[in-house]
Amino acid sequence: MSASYLEIHGVKKSFGLKPILRGIDLSLHAGERMALLGANGAGKTTLLRILAGLTRSSAGRITIDGLDLMQQTREIRRKVGFVAHQPYLYDDLSALENLLFFARMYAVELPQVRSTLLLQRVGMGKKARERVSSLSRGQLQRLALARALLHDAQLLLLDEPDTGLDQDGLALLTELLAEHHAQGGTQLFTTHDLGAAMGRSDQVVMLSNGRVAYQRETASLEEASIRQIYQEVVR
Amino acid sequence: MNLLSQVWTILWKDIRCELRSKQMVIGMGLFALLVLVIFNFAFDLRVDNKAAVAPGALWVAFVFASFLGLGRTIAAEREKGSFDRLLLCPVDRKAIYLAKLLGNVLFIGVVEIVALPVFAILFNVPFSAGALIPIVLLGTLGIASVGTLFSAMAAATQARELLLPILVFPLIVPIVIASVRATGALMVVSANEPPWLGLIAAFDAIFLSLSTILFEYVIED
Repeated sequence: MSASYLEIHGVKKSFGLKPILRGIDLSLHAGERMALLGANGAGKTTLLRILAGLTRSSAGRITIDGLDLMQQTREIRRKVGFVAHQPYLYDDLSALENLLFFARMYAVELPQVRSTLLLQRVGMGKKARERVSSLSRGQLQRLALARALLHDAQLLLLDEPDTGLDQDGLALLTELLAEHHAQGGTQLFTTHDLGAAMGRSDQVVMLSNGRVAYQRETASLEEASIRQIYQEVVR
Repeated sequence: MNLLSQVWTILWKDIRCELRSKQMVIGMGLFALLVLVIFNFAFDLRVDNKAAVAPGALWVAFVFASFLGLGRTIAAEREKGSFDRLLLCPVDRKAIYLAKLLGNVLFIGVVEIVALPVFAILFNVPFSAGALIPIVLLGTLGIASVGTLFSAMAAATQARELLLPILVFPLIVPIVIASVRATGALMVVSANEPPWLGLIAAFDAIFLSLSTILFEYVIED
């Protein structure tokens, strides 16, 4: 078996005296997709923020593609695409300007071409010159997806990426993630939609009270059984 | 992408956002003008005391107007979450600090350019604009270098508007005093004045170096 692309060992995180993560151990091979499930407050977003390098863990060690997250954060940032729960775009810039700005920050080659192509890919070509403040929640989410794909990230971290998306948007999200997966990309995403978790992942992990409460390969599960397990483990 | 390109990319984004919203510069400019007008009416200005009051009024207007802008530097981006997204980019944290600093110097500078002619008219004091420019530039750089660092710190707290002046003002007192005295020396020539401009430059160098180094620790979650 090859070495894991993402290794999480004993990761803990507390905010003040309140423990959020109580020791997480997970690993993901290159090209694998993991769905992270759990009730609100289970620690899913905190774990993703730690993996993205936005929040420091209180204890534990994380490596991504053999790089230590604490020591080689900047190199890791080039490999990671992050879609947060909120789109976090610049309201006063247009959709294209937002992508251009981030393309330059990631030193993407031919930023104008890449940004324009991605806008078209996420169905936002006609909205390229519109200010972000005038876009709907679903359009913002499409734009956030395009931004995460700008620099050909090897690892995609997605925090409830289906938020605000309509049926076309959801189909687009599934397509984009499938394309990324087909190109060998690794994905870790959170969701409350068990069907989406089953359809888009190779492994399902359930967090409860800051711990991994359940982990199984998706292929060995059925949707009905995962619902039952979710009720038992998470609730 | 080198440091300068990173600084320029972030700075250009901030300038573009400000040009479209105009929230910061208009607010700061109006505040500075109001302070100058209030000072003008509040004091019984005569030919013999104008030069003593005017430099203080000018720098009070500049400093307090600066706080309005400095408070929004990072707080506005933090509130919308876009600052987190900026931190995810593989760029040097120094580039983020320097871009924010230059943006602040630029926006405060615009306010000063508008406020100076109003000051000259209201206070009617003789001074050489050419000699005042380096004082204003260095004074502003000092205020902005400390202010940008602490605005990042204050932005992560609930009471950021209250906290920023409380943290920054004690640190910039030497710069403000030196700037007021250097401006005053332009209006009334007096013998044996210390080299105020050199003092401001020295403080700028210290604050700028320390702030550039400390910024990455301040923005850690």
